[in-house]
Amino acid sequence: MARLLTYAEKDTWIHRLSGVTKMIFFLLWSIVGMITYDTRVLVVMLLISLVVFKISKTEWKQVGTVFLFILFFLVFNLVVIFLFSPYEGEKIYGQRTDLFHLFGNYYVTKEQLFYELNIMLKYFTVIPVVLMFMVTTNPSEFAASLNRIGISYNVGYSIAIALRYVPDVQADFTKIRHAQEARGIEMSKKASLFNRLKSMAAIIFPLIFSSMDRIDVVSNAMELRGFGKNKKRTWYAGRPLKRNDYFVLIFVVVFCAAALIITFLDGSRFYNPFS
Amino acid sequence: MKKSFGIKEVVAIGIGTALFIVLTNVQVPFPVVPNTSLQSRVAILTFFSAIYGPVVGAAIGLIGHALGDALFYGSIWWSWVIPEAVFAIGVGILSKKYGIKEGNFTAKKIVMFNVVQVIFNVLAWVVAAPVLDILIYAEPAKKVFAQGALSVIGNILVAGILGTLLCAAYSKLSVKSSSLSKEA
Amino acid sequence: MNPIIEFQNYSFKYRSQQEPTLRDINLKIYPGEKVLIVGPSGSGKSTLASCLNGLVPFSYPGENSGTLTVGGKDPAKTGIFGMSKTVGTVLQDTDGQFIGMTVAEDVAFALENDCVPQDQMFDLVDQVAQVVDIKNLLHHVPTELSGGQKQRVSMAGVMVDDVDILLFDEPLANLDPATGKRAIDLIDRIQKEKKKTVVIIEHRLEDVLYRDVDRIIVVGEGRIVADETPDKLLSTNVLAEQGIREPLYITALKHAGCVIDEKSHPSHIESMDLQPYKESLKTWFENVALPEKKKETEAALEILNLDFSYVTGNPVLSGIHFRINRGEMLSIVGKNGAGKSTLSGLICGFNNPDRGQILLRGEDIGSKSIKERGEIIGLVMQNPNQMISKPMIFDEVALGLRVRGVPEEEVKERVFETLKICGLYPFRNWPVSALSFGQKKRVTIASILVMNPEVLILDEPTAGQDYHHYTEIMEFLKELNEKQGITILMITHDMHLMLEYTDRAIVIADGKLIADDTPARVLTDEATADRAYLKKTSLYDLAVRCGIEDASGLTERFIHYERQVRSRG
Repeated sequence: MARLLTYAEKDTWIHRLSGVTKMIFFLLWSIVGMITYDTRVLVVMLLISLVVFKISKTEWKQVGTVFLFILFFLVFNLVVIFLFSPYEGEKIYGQRTDLFHLFGNYYVTKEQLFYELNIMLKYFTVIPVVLMFMVTTNPSEFAASLNRIGISYNVGYSIAIALRYVPDVQADFTKIRHAQEARGIEMSKKASLFNRLKSMAAIIFPLIFSSMDRIDVVSNAMELRGFGKNKKRTWYAGRPLKRNDYFVLIFVVVFCAAALIITFLDGSRFYNPFS
Repeated sequence: MKKSFGIKEVVAIGIGTALFIVLTNVQVPFPVVPNTSLQSRVAILTFFSAIYGPVVGAAIGLIGHALGDALFYGSIWWSWVIPEAVFAIGVGILSKKYGIKEGNFTAKKIVMFNVVQVIFNVLAWVVAAPVLDILIYAEPAKKVFAQGALSVIGNILVAGILGTLLCAAYSKLSVKSSSLSKEA
Repeated sequence: MNPIIEFQNYSFKYRSQQEPTLRDINLKIYPGEKVLIVGPSGSGKSTLASCLNGLVPFSYPGENSGTLTVGGKDPAKTGIFGMSKTVGTVLQDTDGQFIGMTVAEDVAFALENDCVPQDQMFDLVDQVAQVVDIKNLLHHVPTELSGGQKQRVSMAGVMVDDVDILLFDEPLANLDPATGKRAIDLIDRIQKEKKKTVVIIEHRLEDVLYRDVDRIIVVGEGRIVADETPDKLLSTNVLAEQGIREPLYITALKHAGCVIDEKSHPSHIESMDLQPYKESLKTWFENVALPEKKKETEAALEILNLDFSYVTGNPVLSGIHFRINRGEMLSIVGKNGAGKSTLSGLICGFNNPDRGQILLRGEDIGSKSIKERGEIIGLVMQNPNQMISKPMIFDEVALGLRVRGVPEEEVKERVFETLKICGLYPFRNWPVSALSFGQKKRVTIASILVMNPEVLILDEPTAGQDYHHYTEIMEFLKELNEKQGITILMITHDMHLMLEYTDRAIVIADGKLIADDTPARVLTDEATADRAYLKKTSLYDLAVRCGIEDASGLTERFIHYERQVRSRG
């Protein structure tokens, strides 16, 4: 799992923020990033994202492979959008300015380029924030943070257990795959689709059924130590909100409200520079 | 909290999600359509929904997809997270009817399970996902429906083959030893 | 003084079973006592433990009669949460019990559930971490810990509740011998310092007796068979009758014709009065034959100067060099994480060595795929549940043949034949889930055997098995080795296994091969045993204290004698 994004302990004021703050920031930021197509807002958000990313001292090697993957996906997506709907921009902005002819019925238009630019911007405003959230938030704080923003601690703890057991399940998976390969199960491309699915079953089957045993053990262990006995619980790893947290929270709420107001001032989520 | 959501369910969501996440990058390339692959994690979701019901299933789908994408791909497409829940709830709501835990997953029930599976895969990936894509990301309708249609084929295949195999296997495992006798 | 645990005419029957698992239990345990409960698998000893913490009847429903009070409460009325304030349970599966993301969070888990404020939690966790010596590990994640450390975390996690009773369910099952010794020492210290009542469920009697226990309770078929002090119990034959392994030095003395007297304090070899037995032992030593040396045959597998690292510059194995002869049965030993499993992975082709060669019958197999090697070298994993991928036994055993396109007629024939060899033929149409753990293990062995491998590698073949099942599995493997001529390689940290069943032990410590010798000599050499986290056998102490100079000679004679006794039935 070399390219998995993992928390790295560093000492910046972003790392020192409470997980709750980062989670709220991340959620609000993603929501606004999803809703708005206002280019001005997106550009400002992109700049802020980059600044925050820089401050968090996140290094390329932490996120590089993942970033390249997203980039590839993004380009692919942009091309597909163009192929499927080359005049989506025209529909949105109400006019069409052809730039040049590509092939067949495909013309590159100014509006389409602008529309796709906005899509790209949308990706780029959110990506640094997700990456940063993943590498600066201690997973231990995750459950505590969710609980703090009002989500049941049961759900919070489910997530904690998931994060706790991912490495164990991963190790089991590798062990099982090796043992099954030694027995002759092949995952190579030569096999037919159905056979490959069957090979996959040969790995997933033991993985799931040994996990079913684990569910029993873990739930007994949790019950023996009093999980679920009270309506509330406290968190060892929770981090109380400090001054900086309040600043960030106030900023993100105000910013997001403003961003939405600016976006919808003209009654549409799109900013139209052509009219 | 209702009795139906106890520690076991909390843990089942946790472990199920861990499985879902680990299998996020275990895929078989799907030769029929370029650039798509059969997602083995679909089998996990199908299986857990069928065994533990809609709540556990939906939670595994939502958390697993969001967390898995965030961990592996550094970005979350909410329009593709939510349909996981649609599918899981659909499969899970009839979980008691399949008789898997009672060792009674008969041919008739396998057919029912697969009908349900296909219906909710279609609802999730050909209806919910594209509609959300349009609403949230304002992507072109033609593109997102085509995408949904492509991914649904793979998901139906995985849920139908792997999901059925897993449930059938689990069902056979629940036969009690007292009903068996040694043969010479 | 009033007992803290009291069973009176207590019986219990699981809802899913026909017969009661516990019958007519009468047992008193007093505050501050340290009690060991032993018994073979299925004797009801684990059920007895589950009655104390409330898992019976809340997690495992059933009916009970008679009365049980634990710390003045009735667990069946108090419930699991209520009992958790009185009884702290340390489970066998340390990975399952480790719920928190880091050590500190796991220790704090019970406090979190009790809504203890965070700053108080910090203090309490620090205090208890001090007691079990994990203070420098507080921010570590489970994957960074060894089995022994995880167990300490589990202990801290239940002690943080300030419980009166500590209940250990097979605490030694997953530990190498040296780590197990330390665990027993720690339990002893905590019991003395904190004045806790300690109940240990374990079948590795000799290892638990490394430190004093007040009483040993022997459970057999749901009843209490004996409730004695260790000295008294060891002077009887109850253990052997119940299928529990006695300490080796006791067995050796019995072989020498000695009758063990309670007054000689037989519970520790270091302090036992050996005067009455010395002469008989010496006479026996002089009269018992040594095993014949096995002749060197051709090599089955040769490992030549193997180096391997997952991360460059951080070698996991270096300069590993040894040969395995055809038809040999040998063990690879060393502490957890020494690189034993990595070595078997290299042999099977899961990873490729950085340097060196692996020869099979003189031929380099470096270029062979995992699948190709799998036809000659079979690997059996420690946990059978992680190997079994078909619900039905027949299909599971047939898997390897079917994927290789063997015609169905032949598949049937070979599977039946293999099932007969493995004693599973009567179960051929059963689902795997109906089998016991030991039988499942056999299924996994069968599923490998069916491919006619020349070499069989088994990872911890007897882990978590009681003496009876241990003997069953090992005798089965011995038979395979002798009758089918299969070369068997076992990765283990079970000293008994290596002593009793293998002719040679390869010892690996910190990625290097530090010994390649007879198990008797490895286990009587203090330096080697220490480096590999093994424990020198008590036969060594017995020899030294009885004035027999050739300690490994005594061990070898003992093993040879034992094997003869066993083969005579």
